[in-house]
Amino acid sequence: MKFGIVVFPGTWSDRDCAWIVERVLGAQTEYLWHKDRDLKGCDCVVLPGGFSYGDHLRPGAVARFSPVMEAVIEFAQRGGLVWGICNGFQVLCESGLLPGALTRNSVTQFRCEWTNLVVERTDLAFTAKAKAQQVLRIPISHNDGSYFADAATLSHLERNGQVALRYCTAEGLVVPSANPNGSVHNIAGIVNEAGNVLGMMPHPERAGEQELGGVDGLLMFQSVAAASIKVLTA
Amino acid sequence: MSGLARVIVTLKAVVNDPQGLTVEHGLRSLGFDEIGQVRVGKYIEMRLDAADEVSARARVEEMCTKLLANHVIEDFRFDLELSPA
Repeated sequence: MKFGIVVFPGTWSDRDCAWIVERVLGAQTEYLWHKDRDLKGCDCVVLPGGFSYGDHLRPGAVARFSPVMEAVIEFAQRGGLVWGICNGFQVLCESGLLPGALTRNSVTQFRCEWTNLVVERTDLAFTAKAKAQQVLRIPISHNDGSYFADAATLSHLERNGQVALRYCTAEGLVVPSANPNGSVHNIAGIVNEAGNVLGMMPHPERAGEQELGGVDGLLMFQSVAAASIKVLTA
Repeated sequence: MSGLARVIVTLKAVVNDPQGLTVEHGLRSLGFDEIGQVRVGKYIEMRLDAADEVSARARVEEMCTKLLANHVIEDFRFDLELSPA
């Protein structure tokens, strides 16, 4: 399993993603520059956190038009694994690979803290190693992480089971007090209908070693590493 | 012709606007008791070349749809001022 890590101007979590994949997991990585259309044979493309193109206009609004995104969209449509983390989630929504949008945190604060996430889908490449309803402790770090979708989209997502991760208490209760940013239905991460594209606001790459405060994020990288999905890059 | 487009992008009514709430509280704390709801949006000014008004309007509309506004959370409107180059 080779992880491709997309680097836009302003991306800052690319090195953290490479660290966890190479040093902790022991898998291969390849940086994918935003001007490249070549996904270099990667099996999973990670869109990492940061402030691509300075977050100007809207987070992810400009990144979606970069050359690399043409290749990522095409790869995703053919079933390739695409994993958007934080700013990457914003890019996936802006590009239309995932429904909805990320808006300003309802608390009017940049939130950088540990959150608890209940795993609602364990049949995905990203979460296969989690137990049903397992609570993962993974930090967030964002200003625009309040997930919004209109009522029709939201009920479609819920009916299809596309909500993969939800903010909850340490005991796994999905309650408003566990919602750090005002996301509708406590949504922290969603997948597309096919389940090969995941967008999530929390940063699993920052929860891969005990020295960092927890290893729950590593479980997601281990899940992807064990996935047998193989889609050739163009 | 040369043109000047003035685009206003606003959050849809169903979308929370924490910036608007903050401004609203700020105005009230300054004593502007008449303040009701405040919503914050974006103003974008663009100079452009235009063959005629119809095509220029269509182009600006396309710019708004493709990039300037996110239809999931935002609405847009614009006016266009044309003058001989």
